[in-house]
Amino acid sequence: MEQLLGFAVPGVPYGCAYAVFAVGLVLTYQTTGVFNVGYGAQAYVSAFIFAWLVDDHAWPTWAAFVCAVVIVGPGLGLALDRFLFRRIPSSNTTAKIVTGLSLLVGIPALLPVVFGNQNLVGAPSIVFNPDTVYFHLGADVPVNGIYLSAVLLTVVMLVVLVLLLRTTRLGLEMRAAVESPRLLELEGVNARRVTATAWAVCGLMAGLAGVLLAPTEVTVQAQDYVTLMVAAIAAAAIAALRSMPVAAVVAVLIGVLSLTAQGYLPTSSFWYSAALPAFPFLVLVGALLFVPGLRHLDEATDPLSSVDPPPPPPAARVRGREVDRLVRTVYLALLFAFVVSMLTWMPPTWETVLNQGMAYSLVFLSVTLLTGTAGQLSLAQATLAGIAAFTAGQLANHLGLDFLVGGAVGAVAASVVAGMLALASLRLRGLGLALMTLAAALLFDVAIFPAQAVSGGTGGITLEPRWLPLDLFAPNGHAYFLVVLLVLVICAGGVALVQRGTVGRFLAAMRGSELGAAGIGVNLPWQRVLAFALSGALAGVGGALLAIQQTVIAPGEFNYQLSLAFVVIVVTTGVGTVEGAIQAGIGLVVVQQLMQYAPQRLQGLTFVLFALGALAYAAHPEGVVELEKRRWTERAERALARRHRAPATPAVTGRP
Amino acid sequence: MTGADRPILELDEVSAAYGPYRALFGVSFSVARGAVVALLGPNGAGKSTVARVASGLVPASSGSVRVDGRDVAGEPAWRIARFGLAHVPEGRGVFDSLSVEENLVLSFQRRGGRGQISASLAQAYERFPLLKERRQDRAGTLSGGQQRLLSLAKVLVVPPKVLIVDELSLGLAPGVVDDVYAGLADVRRKGTALVVVEQQVDRALALASSAVVLERGTVAYYGPPSGARAAVEEVVDRRARGRAQAASS
Repeated sequence: MEQLLGFAVPGVPYGCAYAVFAVGLVLTYQTTGVFNVGYGAQAYVSAFIFAWLVDDHAWPTWAAFVCAVVIVGPGLGLALDRFLFRRIPSSNTTAKIVTGLSLLVGIPALLPVVFGNQNLVGAPSIVFNPDTVYFHLGADVPVNGIYLSAVLLTVVMLVVLVLLLRTTRLGLEMRAAVESPRLLELEGVNARRVTATAWAVCGLMAGLAGVLLAPTEVTVQAQDYVTLMVAAIAAAAIAALRSMPVAAVVAVLIGVLSLTAQGYLPTSSFWYSAALPAFPFLVLVGALLFVPGLRHLDEATDPLSSVDPPPPPPAARVRGREVDRLVRTVYLALLFAFVVSMLTWMPPTWETVLNQGMAYSLVFLSVTLLTGTAGQLSLAQATLAGIAAFTAGQLANHLGLDFLVGGAVGAVAASVVAGMLALASLRLRGLGLALMTLAAALLFDVAIFPAQAVSGGTGGITLEPRWLPLDLFAPNGHAYFLVVLLVLVICAGGVALVQRGTVGRFLAAMRGSELGAAGIGVNLPWQRVLAFALSGALAGVGGALLAIQQTVIAPGEFNYQLSLAFVVIVVTTGVGTVEGAIQAGIGLVVVQQLMQYAPQRLQGLTFVLFALGALAYAAHPEGVVELEKRRWTERAERALARRHRAPATPAVTGRP
Repeated sequence: MTGADRPILELDEVSAAYGPYRALFGVSFSVARGAVVALLGPNGAGKSTVARVASGLVPASSGSVRVDGRDVAGEPAWRIARFGLAHVPEGRGVFDSLSVEENLVLSFQRRGGRGQISASLAQAYERFPLLKERRQDRAGTLSGGQQRLLSLAKVLVVPPKVLIVDELSLGLAPGVVDDVYAGLADVRRKGTALVVVEQQVDRALALASSAVVLERGTVAYYGPPSGARAAVEEVVDRRARGRAQAASS
């Protein structure tokens, strides 16, 4: 008993940290309709500023607290509302998730750019002194200030928020505003102000959580806050994103159970090294499979959504025949110039960079197919790429199989895993599906990829030249370029054909309305599994080719953050078209390479740039690049019309 | 024009559009205090758009809307609602995720004042016993007709200055329609002006003091209810002839 307490009590502050975030996630979802995974990043900002003011500028603790929590916290919340989430229609689940993701990716990358690289050690404690032992539980389990602060914070926050949400006029109006701001306005309530208040409250809570949890870790690092989010997401999911007390209790249990198990399990066992880190994800998967409330997320739709004008058509649809021919010619000319340049004058550094970009484009094509065409959001595309790379690596290692053949086998394996993932989550959609794929990605990250049998440990698998045919390793040869180009052209053409064919129409119907698609006889489960399997294969092919290019296949190369970044990047350039994926791949590596010339401090800007692009997605779901293309196409159409002295077709079509 | 003889709602040459799609072309009519205007016309004539422009959901691209003499064009919907205009939208007009009682409380706390909430609730439950039975249930679990009843209960218990009801009887059981018309007559006696968009033309005209017939976003008839029946038939007829021509050419 004494031993059990000794193991369990240290789990309490962790559990409370999870609980504070889980409650925050439920609060944000209930009052703003956004499952804001960026919540962890918001908390980090406040913790960072707090520690920075106290450590580097010797501010008194109270002043730093006021600045970081009372001013920056709600201010950041208000800014998120004003510049991002207000612009997203409440029905667009994908846009909301992607925006939250880009905050989680972008904010930790942005802070060093603004404040310089800081190594902040030891944030001061606010409530209780962390080192003082206040009393003992049982005979000799010490309870220090960290434990007390964590428990106090959790309980107070929970009580205040439950009261706010369930008993006040503001709480009622916040919940109503999530469902339909317009209907709320008809009741005489300024819905915008209500939502802004909700964001400010959530921001305040995030800031408070960040600052009060900062002393639990030695240094203030973004990574800790991101990790916290995972357990918090699991707890919030068990509570079906509805009940804050349930979320808090589950979160504390996750913390306590993890640490208790950690105490009892032998450190050398599989359970300790693989199952324990995976515990929160297993909880998340379990919740997604068995909590019925999660199947009906985001189902309450705005009854007044028909007030919004319909969205504009994509660029390719508004092109007339003449402009279309012009665009095709330009594309062909560009492709020709690109191939010739790569084979003749391109410096080796840039050839490598562009090769990598083409391999990325292949992975991104999988996002185009799955998210752009089928409307399914997956956060596990980097994992699927990794599965193929590791399969090819191990086949070459053990059986001496040609890496290209192995890559094909790996693509099949990735396709099978993706299909199984789709089968497991058939009853989920939108947010639920995104969380399921995220859980899968995290599971592979912590439990499967680092295993000796898969990746050979953290060092990864180093490719050997004898595994590769066609001199793909040769430093100045163009073999790799030609192989990737061939594969990319085949895959891009394939995706374009799928998009235009019957399957593509079925998938598009599914994206538009699952109910409607089922009504015209589309076999939804089958189409979804098919879309996942095809997308998994594409990601796998891209992953294997990326591995050749990188020569080392390390577990960290295919982590979940990369998956998040992938979605964010593709969405920026245009998720609906094949060109979008290629622009994304090339754009990513070119920006990364150009950043090499920038000062050290600005290194994080790559992801900030793409995150900003994804934030623009809020206003233009077709992607920024796609939007500009449509504008230019329309301009070209008008110019052509003027030249032919024919009257331009007016944008306003007169009476409906 | 001052005080009592000033119209409570006036639309003057109002045009409106959804993005590039134009829906109204210079619509004008006015509603006197305590009057009932029936808004009629075939599908797509712009009836719902007129209601939305009046309540501020859709901005007028030109022309002016006056509520109680105050120009409200460009004002947000919530401010217009506070001037005393209530709009019961077509179809579902309740918050699915809130309970029946929360829906009522949300409405009463703004329009009736905080002290009146429990009195208004009691009145609503007395008039519509079904709502009392289901008061703890989520509004999303109610049937379409019951949801309609809930959204009407809000405005019938605390009458606004002017009430616009879109597709009044659509989806309601015949017995309930009688109840709702009785409720409308009641709030009218208390001084509320009404704008009623209705499929059941005769029923609306029996209550109305004047009628507006819309045709493709313009006013085809504006006058006493007695002439409206013929105007509606003419519009429908013209549309049928237009269709026949389009089909034959």
